[in-house]
Amino acid sequence: MTFPLTRRGPRRGTGRLRGLWEASPLTYLALVAGLVLSIFPIYWMIVVATRTNDVVSDMPPPVLPGGSFGDNVGRLFDNPDAYFAKGLLNSAIVATCVTVSTVFFASLAGFAFAKLRFRGRNALLLTVVATMMVPVQMGIIPLYMIMVELGWQNRLQAVIVPFLVTGFGVFMMRQYADQAVPDELIEAARVDGCSTFGVYWRVVLPALRPAAGVLGLLTFMQTWNEFMWPLAVLSPDNPTVQLSINNLANAYFKDYTLMFAGTTVAILPLLAVFVVFGRQIIGGIMEGAVKA
Amino acid sequence: MTIDLRPARSGNPPAADVPPPRGGWRSRLARLDLRASPYLFVSPFFLVFLAFGVFPLGFTLWVSLHEWGLASGTRKWVGLDNFSYLLGDADFWHATVNTIGIFVLSTVPQLLLALALAAALDRKMRASTFFRIGMVAPMVTSTAAVAIVFTQLFDRDYGLTNWLIGLVGADPIDWQASRGWSWVAVATMVNWRWTGYNALIFLAAMQAIPRDLYEAAAIDGASRLRQFWQITVPMLRPTILFAVIVSTIGGLQLFTEPALFGVGSANRMDGGSLHQFQTITMYMFDNAFGEDRYGYAATVSWALFVMIIAFSLLNFLFVRRTGGAR
Repeated sequence: MTFPLTRRGPRRGTGRLRGLWEASPLTYLALVAGLVLSIFPIYWMIVVATRTNDVVSDMPPPVLPGGSFGDNVGRLFDNPDAYFAKGLLNSAIVATCVTVSTVFFASLAGFAFAKLRFRGRNALLLTVVATMMVPVQMGIIPLYMIMVELGWQNRLQAVIVPFLVTGFGVFMMRQYADQAVPDELIEAARVDGCSTFGVYWRVVLPALRPAAGVLGLLTFMQTWNEFMWPLAVLSPDNPTVQLSINNLANAYFKDYTLMFAGTTVAILPLLAVFVVFGRQIIGGIMEGAVKA
Repeated sequence: MTIDLRPARSGNPPAADVPPPRGGWRSRLARLDLRASPYLFVSPFFLVFLAFGVFPLGFTLWVSLHEWGLASGTRKWVGLDNFSYLLGDADFWHATVNTIGIFVLSTVPQLLLALALAAALDRKMRASTFFRIGMVAPMVTSTAAVAIVFTQLFDRDYGLTNWLIGLVGADPIDWQASRGWSWVAVATMVNWRWTGYNALIFLAAMQAIPRDLYEAAAIDGASRLRQFWQITVPMLRPTILFAVIVSTIGGLQLFTEPALFGVGSANRMDGGSLHQFQTITMYMFDNAFGEDRYGYAATVSWALFVMIIAFSLLNFLFVRRTGGAR
């Protein structure tokens, strides 16, 4: 669309039409309202987690955090039914293994799909894309039966091995490798005597670092969050942290300060990740959206 | 956007000692490397997928043709009995209605709200990063944690929601007991968690729309609202379709939120004393791990799979059609 008044220029409105894209006070108001709604439940969780049980049911409710967080966390770790410390440790192990392995295998396969020539490449890539449509949870029953056969019930490998690499990860890394790694770089490395894996390790992986970081963050968050499959295959005494808070919800559902201390500690690693990498996560989501 | 699209500086050593091409095992090894490496590199994905993706899917079908109990040790071929039982199973259809009800209550407001938020964030403004980060904050909580916090917020006696309702003079709502209200409560958890994420996706797509279109429309006298419906929404169609399908796949499998919403009941997989918020996935889970009826649970999961595909196709056709009739 060409129009005599519009110049090619920055995508923000130009010239006399600049006012078109300014946010109005009403827009700010709506956004602030949205922000309050989106932060409030998290804030409320912290308020309750730092209070004592006799005040959380007060009406009007307490507005500010109190000083009992330490006590509540102490009760949390002492609780005989939650297995909270074990849950935290298990979640850390599981999320770390799944993240490292997903990033490694997905970038390896993504590199192969983007930059190496081999027979059946397109068909295989299409298969990868198709697998993204099949939700893993669909197979939870046979998956459980497999674990019984393998004797992996209640063992951590049951929640690690099926998720070592995902179609989403492979596809994402392929898309990124396709545009971020110039062919000349690979040729040069080959001339220098690199094996194919050497090319991947020395040239491709460093170039893929930004996308690998985003994939790692998303994978970590997702794995940390997993609920249904661990609930099916692990038992309450060997939980992930999500199952620990589920244990609490089972037995102590009226002890709000205890439960909320649990949920707060359970999402602390995610919050930490978010505070440090928030911008990258947002960039990753938006980047993915443009490609989708 | 913080992603650096430039290739990183490569640790490319100076090409000083290129090995001269030689015959023998070395070159054979090099050729093998070229030939086999690609397959080697993609094989981990396919191994994992075959073992834990394709095989379970097929095996589910096999299991669904049996009466199969792990604890009891039963394993009896029953043919299509499970499927015919499913068709007449009132509990299954009850759960299906619940699932679809919650799905509609969570998807429609969520996507509309996300569109509005994205349109707001698309303006030129101060503190835009701050707003964006605030919007996706719900995403970095865990589903189980969210469910627990919201369940408390929706508590009949001590919940903040009922307190607020009381402030405007209305009667408190027994969120867990009523079918409709329990759907609203569960849908609220989903909406809260995913609206910001979808808003970001829409925002990214909006920013790719050429501004010229809007300027031309503004000069022609189109109001902002009209610009939104006639330019933004049509240009966003592929992204909307993507968001709808992702929400469909997630929404029809809803499990964690309703499962935790039932705290205090004897069996939380029931979804309330009258199964008022039991979803299909909870029904499947209960059949397998609660009732030891793995064969029937597999049947339910196949039904769910078919439903997901049908819904996705339906969405696809719908969005396409409405776009074409614009």
